[in-house]
Amino acid sequence: MTRKKGSPARAAGLRTPSWVAWLFVAPALIVYAVFVLRPIVLTIQYSLYRWDGIGPSTWAGLGNYAKVFTDPDLFASILNAIKLILFFSVIPVLLGLAIASTIRRIAASRLALVARTVLFLPQVIPLVAAGIAWSWLLSSTGLVNQLLRLAGLGGVARAWLGDFSTALPAVGVIGAWVLLGLCTILLLSGLSKIDPALYEAARMDGAGPLREFVSITVPSLRQEIGVCVTVTVIAALASFDIVYVSTQGGPGNATMVPGLEIYYLAFSERQVGMASALAVVLMVLVLLVALPIQWLTKDRSS
Amino acid sequence: MIVGRRETWTARVLLVLLMAVTLMPFISLFVTALHPSGSYPSGLEWPRDPQWGNFVKAFQAARMIELIKSSVLIVLGVVPLSLLLGTLAGFAIGHLRMAGRNLVFLVFVLGLTLPFEGIITPLYYQVRDMGLLNTRWAIILPLIGLFMPFGVFWMRAHFVNVPDALSESARMDGANVWQLFWRIHVPLAMPALSSLAILLFLWTWNQFLLAIVLVDDPLKRTMSGALGAFQGQWGTDMPLLCAGSLLILTPTLVIFLIFQRRFVTALLQGSLKG
Repeated sequence: MTRKKGSPARAAGLRTPSWVAWLFVAPALIVYAVFVLRPIVLTIQYSLYRWDGIGPSTWAGLGNYAKVFTDPDLFASILNAIKLILFFSVIPVLLGLAIASTIRRIAASRLALVARTVLFLPQVIPLVAAGIAWSWLLSSTGLVNQLLRLAGLGGVARAWLGDFSTALPAVGVIGAWVLLGLCTILLLSGLSKIDPALYEAARMDGAGPLREFVSITVPSLRQEIGVCVTVTVIAALASFDIVYVSTQGGPGNATMVPGLEIYYLAFSERQVGMASALAVVLMVLVLLVALPIQWLTKDRSS
Repeated sequence: MIVGRRETWTARVLLVLLMAVTLMPFISLFVTALHPSGSYPSGLEWPRDPQWGNFVKAFQAARMIELIKSSVLIVLGVVPLSLLLGTLAGFAIGHLRMAGRNLVFLVFVLGLTLPFEGIITPLYYQVRDMGLLNTRWAIILPLIGLFMPFGVFWMRAHFVNVPDALSESARMDGANVWQLFWRIHVPLAMPALSSLAILLFLWTWNQFLLAIVLVDDPLKRTMSGALGAFQGQWGTDMPLLCAGSLLILTPTLVIFLIFQRRFVTALLQGSLKG
């Protein structure tokens, strides 16, 4: 496979001809090209046509895109995904930060070790199972309402996922439950890398807990916060499983998100072109959000 | 360091509270599953006469044995091949460092954030034209492709840190690249490989979208996809649905509890790198 050459070894190439190295890359690249790159190109192509998936397609130009941004229902699904960021991202990251810095001191205790396992459970189980469990918790006879009645708040009890005004936040709560543990543990592991001397020095200078948090904790956790935000924002924008199981986009269109809308458009309503245009918008949206966060939080000192 | 007693207690209480919230859905599933099938339990309430038989009933209704078999077959199709392809490519890009590596790496990395919904429509037609619709291959092959960005990214990150000297000395002994890869680099990459294997297992087992779009028969799907079908069929029978959900999430739970330390590390590294 490789010829022995008399020339001294090149440090970079390790005497392996480029074409041999490309043979190592080829299988991965081929599978990736066939099942990911080609579909991406096809999505873009489909998005420019009107097609029912069976008959002939007609050229639509950018018409499908115009409709994504003008059709109230379609655009609402994008807005819903953006609103979900508050629950999937902002709450888990902020709450995670608060919790992680509170439990920092006992991070090495046995309780914290157990917590690490427990808090990871939502990451391990299928989102579908989380959706089913929470649909039951949030239903009119579920535990959430039972607790509210116990607390004397029976007046606000309702079918949380079936009410137009609360369905989207209720879906958001499910997402927050799934992601809070991950964020907390990630941030906690980041905190454990901070030199305790930094905190002591701050104490000497008379810094309070809030000052400590703003001047030491947050800047040191820049990378971890970046990871949490990226993962959770993508989870919000591309949510599918939880919504599919808990509300199917309803009531009405109150919890419709782009992922689910694409699924309905493509496979129930046979509007492949529209589905593809929305898919392109979703992919671009995710990239537009993920790339700047990566760039902002990259550790440029190393 | 002086640790305030009150602060420690606040921390403990907070942690216990957080664990309680995390476990609440599981407890609610469990308690509800014990109510008589077909009844409408209210909230969290221990049944007077726990129906342990519901689990047996759900086990049969969901055809758990066949489901587990199907999921295992899919995992066996996806994980080893993804590991192999990802490692080969990561090795070339990270260690052999051939010309054009930066470009090809960028092409892979751009797929890291791709939402699966973005390509599901053409994927459906492509899989149909390949004649694979409603077979397990319809899930296996696209998943391998979809896992390539992360697999290559992960393995490259490992191989970039392997010292060149290691290969140099093996080369002196007359090993070719193929031998170098299998005899020296793969054994050394085992920690990275096993973490990757855990993550890929989890993501395959829990894959939902591809399963419901590309395979109609729940018995040829992943666990997660089958649960979707189970909900459609038994959605009105709360206790049975809860029993079924618990059964379906038990395999991942058991594997997680056995390998918990590895899992947590893998997930942490996975999200940090991704």
